[in-house]
Amino acid sequence: MVTATEYGYNSKIEGDVVVSRADAVINWIRSHSVWPMPMGLACCAIELMAAGGSRFDISRFGMEVMRFSPRQSDCMIVAGTVTYKMAPAVRRIYDQMAEPKWVVAMGACASTGGMYRSYAVLQGVDRIVPVDVYVSGCPPRPEALLDAMITLQNKIRRERSTARLISSNR
Amino acid sequence: MSDELLTTLMERRTFLSARPSADHPAVNCPASHLVAFLRDLRDAEGFEMLLDVTAVDWAESRRPRFTCVYHLFDLERSRYLRVASDCHEDANPTMPSVAGLWATADWHERETYDMFGIRFEGHPDLRRILMWDGYPYYPLRKDFPLAGEETDLPGADVAEHTDARVSAAPMAGGPFVSGTSGGPMSEREPRAKDESWTENAPKPKKPDPTKESS
Repeated sequence: MVTATEYGYNSKIEGDVVVSRADAVINWIRSHSVWPMPMGLACCAIELMAAGGSRFDISRFGMEVMRFSPRQSDCMIVAGTVTYKMAPAVRRIYDQMAEPKWVVAMGACASTGGMYRSYAVLQGVDRIVPVDVYVSGCPPRPEALLDAMITLQNKIRRERSTARLISSNR
Repeated sequence: MSDELLTTLMERRTFLSARPSADHPAVNCPASHLVAFLRDLRDAEGFEMLLDVTAVDWAESRRPRFTCVYHLFDLERSRYLRVASDCHEDANPTMPSVAGLWATADWHERETYDMFGIRFEGHPDLRRILMWDGYPYYPLRKDFPLAGEETDLPGADVAEHTDARVSAAPMAGGPFVSGTSGGPMSEREPRAKDESWTENAPKPKKPDPTKESS
């Protein structure tokens, strides 16, 4: 006869179970499997390539799987000068990416138009796509991009992902 | 040597006139003789290579306003020649196309059309090449401000979706350039050439959107 009732977690009955919040689990998964879409448009793309190479090694942070198809990626890194002629293409590629998705504006040009105060250059990519992280620099060092990606990971960890999943309107 | 070239070119062609030049020999050629003259240069004088086609916008008030410039190179004798030709009309400038002589002139003339609005008659496919189709201005004309003019974003669906427009760039005290006077450019101190539009320096008068006829 059982005289004492065991409350809570019983490993003999329930096995190896970890209790957590749904948000924490979802965000943990998402933040450590960011698949970037390199939107390389100018010299920033060279630094982006360096960040992917062995010396700076973006794979240490779980985002080395660069995909050149918007359907297979969830973070667009706009690396370079966005001209007005290119702007619709950038927006359409962003629209083709599956939710959830994030945008990093890498460098001065993508953030603000940079040194190109010109009739031909979009003065900041945030005019056509919602930007999560801006990176300063012309072009930024790979470390700056890594810092931005870590900032993005921290931002993803703070998201209310479960509420978004449940509610239909994101 | 350059004088010799000019003399031989000009003694048989009365329509040519000498053109002041700081470097290579240069001649002025009327637009009516241009294609025949350039073909002659290519086939008879050895200038087989067309290096560049561009244009000059002298100013809105100047007549003629536009001049087309052709840079030729003689591969065998390593000599250059510059041929300049004034456009007859200033409001709607035209020039005969040399795309039939050199294939490279195709894109060069498209770029010149894109930037200056000079229509090259006889060009096989005269479309914009740098700016997008439907852009209403010609950016390298003197009356076009560096910051640009407000107009619609290319891609109507994206423009509607994002509410974005092509707008004049904030000059923010710039552009940051070295001045035009005082010694070589390498020794001049760059300065901000303040082209910001303020109450003291208002925005320049808007040029008329030139119609795209194609």
